[in-house]
Amino acid sequence: MQTATKITRRDATAASGDDVAILSFTGDIASTSKEAILQAYHGAGAVKKVLLDFSGVDYINSSGIAIIIQMLLEERTAGHRTIGIFGLTPHFKKVFTMVGVAKYASISADQAAALSTM
Amino acid sequence: MKNGSSVEVRLPSELGFEKIAMSTASGMAAMMGFSDDRIEDLKTAVAEACINAIEHGNRFDDRLDFAVVLSSNNDELEIKVIDDGDGLRSAPSMPDIDRKMAGEEEPRGMGMFLIQSLVDEAEWHKGPPGKSFVRLVIRLDKENN
Repeated sequence: MQTATKITRRDATAASGDDVAILSFTGDIASTSKEAILQAYHGAGAVKKVLLDFSGVDYINSSGIAIIIQMLLEERTAGHRTIGIFGLTPHFKKVFTMVGVAKYASISADQAAALSTM
Repeated sequence: MKNGSSVEVRLPSELGFEKIAMSTASGMAAMMGFSDDRIEDLKTAVAEACINAIEHGNRFDDRLDFAVVLSSNNDELEIKVIDDGDGLRSAPSMPDIDRKMAGEEEPRGMGMFLIQSLVDEAEWHKGPPGKSFVRLVIRLDKENN
């Protein structure tokens, strides 16, 4: 019943001139997404900046948010990448803010705004 | 929609079926005149309540269903999610992002917090098997809907 998470990667350049890997999600972000999301994230290569694009996502639950928190926790421990988020619906932007994700990752409206902050 | 209308759906204890409950709740709330923002809040709260019923109440037992009962009453919509579990053992604690980021708290454990935050009332009732439920209420605010 859950829609599989699909992730595509594209590359961009931040306003700072740094390379950025953009991971675009479609499908559901739920407990079943864990392997796909973490595999894509770990496979992002040597880039120091990663943007998570949720503009193709309709359904996110608390287990899905926990995967994003786990990713942020890994980066906090390893300390070698900056993670940004964009493309959330206003509702999920509110939810991400309520649970505290916004404290550890910048949340922007769209890709252009996200790249300008990195 | 007639005041006092009630809808009941029974769903398998399998992740993903919470979306059926979300759609049903969304449709009923729209018929009552709730705003899109409030409907999104309700959908997330209902999804989390159903996931708790599947994971913790019915422990993914595919022989068990859980029930979602939606009732309109004047300007409020009540949703009960009923499972075969023993009910909540203790009150939900507030998730602490700083503790999660320090590795002192599991990354998961935000569902009940979201439920409480997104609806006007949330109560957990312990009962014998098939009688434990969470009761959610959202109210139509004429000013904001």
